[in-house]
Amino acid sequence: MNPVSKFNWPGWLAFSVLLLLWETASRALPGLRVYIPPISQILASLGQLLLSGAITNHLTVSLVRFVEGYLLAAAIAVSLGIILGYFHYLHSLLEMLIELLRPMPSVAIIPVAILTLGLGDSMIVAVTVYACLWPILINTIDGVRNIERTLVDTGRTFGLSAGRILWQIILPGASPYIVTGLRIGLSIALILVTTAEMVAGSKGLGFFILDEERSMNSSNMYAGIILVALLGYMLNRGFVLLERKTMKWRHGMIARGAR
Amino acid sequence: MPILEVQGLSKSYRQAGGEMTVAIGNISCRIEAGEFVSFVGPSGCGKTTLLMSIAGLLAPTSGRVIVKGQEVVGPPPNLVLLFQEYNKSLFAWRSVLGNVRFGLEARGDHSADAETKARALIDLVGLRGFENHYPWELSGGMQQRVAIARALAYEPEVLLMDEPFGSLDALTRLDLEDTLLRLWAELKTTILFITHDIEEAIYLSDRIWVLSRRPSEIVQELQIHFSRPRNQVTTRTEARFMEIRNDIYRRIANQDAP
Repeated sequence: MNPVSKFNWPGWLAFSVLLLLWETASRALPGLRVYIPPISQILASLGQLLLSGAITNHLTVSLVRFVEGYLLAAAIAVSLGIILGYFHYLHSLLEMLIELLRPMPSVAIIPVAILTLGLGDSMIVAVTVYACLWPILINTIDGVRNIERTLVDTGRTFGLSAGRILWQIILPGASPYIVTGLRIGLSIALILVTTAEMVAGSKGLGFFILDEERSMNSSNMYAGIILVALLGYMLNRGFVLLERKTMKWRHGMIARGAR
Repeated sequence: MPILEVQGLSKSYRQAGGEMTVAIGNISCRIEAGEFVSFVGPSGCGKTTLLMSIAGLLAPTSGRVIVKGQEVVGPPPNLVLLFQEYNKSLFAWRSVLGNVRFGLEARGDHSADAETKARALIDLVGLRGFENHYPWELSGGMQQRVAIARALAYEPEVLLMDEPFGSLDALTRLDLEDTLLRLWAELKTTILFITHDIEEAIYLSDRIWVLSRRPSEIVQELQIHFSRPRNQVTTRTEARFMEIRNDIYRRIANQDAP
């Protein structure tokens, strides 16, 4: 793919047409307008909410929970993944548990978390950690297991200690897998923060969206949804940019068709 | 005192079926500092197992390896093993320069002129201009050159080479043989080389040990006296060269099939 991607004219045109349709339909049909206000009105609400600071507090709270949960999950899952990837016996010991818990929809853990941790921040961070742990863990295990034996032997014959082999060979060697896990985990973390805030929160964007819906203020509700969408988009974008920079070697390798 | 000594080394494996396979029968040999010695033997004769055991990467079933008077229990600090599979042993996330620097870092050289040393080695293996390329951007021969430079950056006293040119095309192979001999003459490293290519062994070595089929043992030792520097055309066309080749070939071919 061309690194300097061209501006996607047809895509933007289709998008604008959709927004225009939304705007006119909502204005023309009062029955629809109750549920879906014109986009211009929603954007005006969003602007006002941001200017007055009424939503910034919620945004900050959600963002902090997201960052805490995501980073904590990444730290736990990568370390655990390396250990389980390296020590086959430990992995076979825990395999059943992992295979059982992994496919379970993570939101099902929310009641358990509320029961044990209450309704505060720690509950929301905990469910976020739990949910985005899995893709990172599974991918890290795979990454470590797929490292060439010769690569580790190379480290050994050069006299590297176990710690340096881990740091200089296993971690970079498994990094393409780990990064994949981290990218999947990113979207999951945002889903869980929003959901948990809807179920049990008094702050945060998830709470805000649901609260505005209950107050029949659909324009603000959509403003909240748009903000979450933008947040997700920007986090993903930031991740991709960071990945392109740090994993340049990998992208070149794939483009070459090398393994 | 020999720089490397192998005493009664043997290695057996338990196969998946529970059956024991003896890969290495009973091998004893000694190498003097600065020598270029080769093991030559048929495919599947346990050559790699032998080298892995000498490198301290595999524990032998019995016998021992002594490097500079020290018994090998793990990878010895003054010895490095170069693998045949350069594409699996080079670090894909490091540039050519980064890979060669690894050899220096591994022995704790983080000095300011480590980069200068690495660049000099890259020059020496003929890769000037490719410092910032990644391994996967290079041909197989060039990748093995990077691996050689990386191994030499570690400044090993003994360099073990496991069929390093086995998966390269014939012309690249001849070219790399000469590069290796030039480096060996310059750096005075002891080299223990493994190959199944009889002529390659004769061309490179001071001494050759011919290995039998599994369980492998040394069946013949030969001193090679061709003058150095050797030449791909003149050395290989000497009458004595062909005599030695045929002699070794008969030794290997006339063994009873396992």
